[in-house]
Amino acid sequence: MYTEKLIKHFQEPHNVGVMENADIVGEAGSPTCGDTTTVYLKMDGDVIQDISFQTYGCAAAIASSSVLTDMVKGKTVEEALKITKNDIVEELGGMPAEKVHCSLLAEDALKTALHKVLEQNK
Amino acid sequence: MDRIYLDYAATTYVKDEVLEAMKPYYKKHFGNPSSMYESGRYAKNALDKAREEVAGCIGAKYSNEIYFTACGTESDNWALKGAMEANRAKGRHLITTAVEHHAIMDTAEYLKKNGYDVTFLPVDEYGMVTAQQVKDAIRDDTVLVSVVYANNEVGTINPIAEIGRVTREAGVIFHTDAVQAAGHLPLNVQEDNVDLLSISAHKFYGPKGIGMLYIRNGVKIERLMHGGAQERKRRAGTENVPEIIGLAKALTMATEALGETNIRLTELRDYMIREIVEKIPYTKLNGHPEKRLCNNVNISLEFIEAEASLLSLDLAGIECSSGSACASGSLESSHVLLAMGIPPEIAKGALRFTMGETTTKEQIDYTVNELVQLAERLRKISPLFQQMHA
Repeated sequence: MYTEKLIKHFQEPHNVGVMENADIVGEAGSPTCGDTTTVYLKMDGDVIQDISFQTYGCAAAIASSSVLTDMVKGKTVEEALKITKNDIVEELGGMPAEKVHCSLLAEDALKTALHKVLEQNK
Repeated sequence: MDRIYLDYAATTYVKDEVLEAMKPYYKKHFGNPSSMYESGRYAKNALDKAREEVAGCIGAKYSNEIYFTACGTESDNWALKGAMEANRAKGRHLITTAVEHHAIMDTAEYLKKNGYDVTFLPVDEYGMVTAQQVKDAIRDDTVLVSVVYANNEVGTINPIAEIGRVTREAGVIFHTDAVQAAGHLPLNVQEDNVDLLSISAHKFYGPKGIGMLYIRNGVKIERLMHGGAQERKRRAGTENVPEIIGLAKALTMATEALGETNIRLTELRDYMIREIVEKIPYTKLNGHPEKRLCNNVNISLEFIEAEASLLSLDLAGIECSSGSACASGSLESSHVLLAMGIPPEIAKGALRFTMGETTTKEQIDYTVNELVQLAERLRKISPLFQQMHA
């Protein structure tokens, strides 16, 4: 049911853990399934210099967070804000239909963090 | 290493002896038991013998109280819909529990939608109901009480004999879904005052697609399947002779080995529970510590979602389930665990391991070791675990 790439990101997720010197922390939770994701950002001006995450959820939620951190590292806030759950799903090579909502969590957590960055830079 | 199957409550393989007993009825003795000529009579005789064997295994007084169905779900549907419909003159009240299998739960909901009155009895922290609860819930218009013999998710065994005394005294029909109990517990419908009892062959090394409903003589029940005169005009449809033979053979073998199976699996079960609880912090056993099926281990790993654990185990060659197999495609927490008062976040971490005749201590050791590793790995990813330790 899962692609090889998704399973690899689940088994060996990239950029996992709390970032001690993070500039921004973003959280998102799904009220329907109880999953939560926390994203930590280290910013260099407008650019995401470093990112890490933690996720409580299913394999799809964990893999989505992992692949998203890869996708946005080095990107500007503006570029990163354009990424949606569909891009995450595509990057993972697809996902069972009933699991697609699990990748929304990663998108939401990142966007919460990015909006905080924008707020700070105002 | 071969894959480790720890999901015997989902289904079992068919035993060699069972398959051998079935084979002749696919080709050599393929006759229709309803036909009056020689090959039909041969099949009919085999059917009668199977019926007698099954009656013996569940303590039924008469073999004509045994009705073969297509599965446990059909038996459950028939028991509830059939008994409620046939006894409408008496009333419309059905009593069941909050921890039934979906085959009962959804049928009860269906009846409720169609004008029947249903009481879902709450359960204690182990998933058990008491005879007193049943007694207190019985009203003048109560037709039927349906209580699961042993829970399919957590394995907790209900006090069936005590409930049977209560229902018999009150003159109410008593059904029990014994799908998980059959092959693991001695069944005796006469001693336990059970009027209707469901079983399914693929839970005790028989084939899939064959079930049985015991209907005590004298119990009024409407037909579910309309058509031919099979099963004494109560269940239409040509009898699935080979699988009926398989069900009878499998149940006979399981019943004969009951004592031995229980001793071995209870030891293995308790060993696995001990090992997990000792080696992995923040774990919780779901279900009753003693009054549980000999092959059931249901454990919650806190701060981890069971789906992620299942996939990790699958990748390590271990097959088990979260909640019940039917629910693992859906995203809701198990209704059984929630009814037991287990918080949703702990319910979501519940894994069910069910052992069988090929399960060894080595397999359990390997599984526990994998669990230790996956718990450590997934908790590192989990923000909930982090928050606990902040």
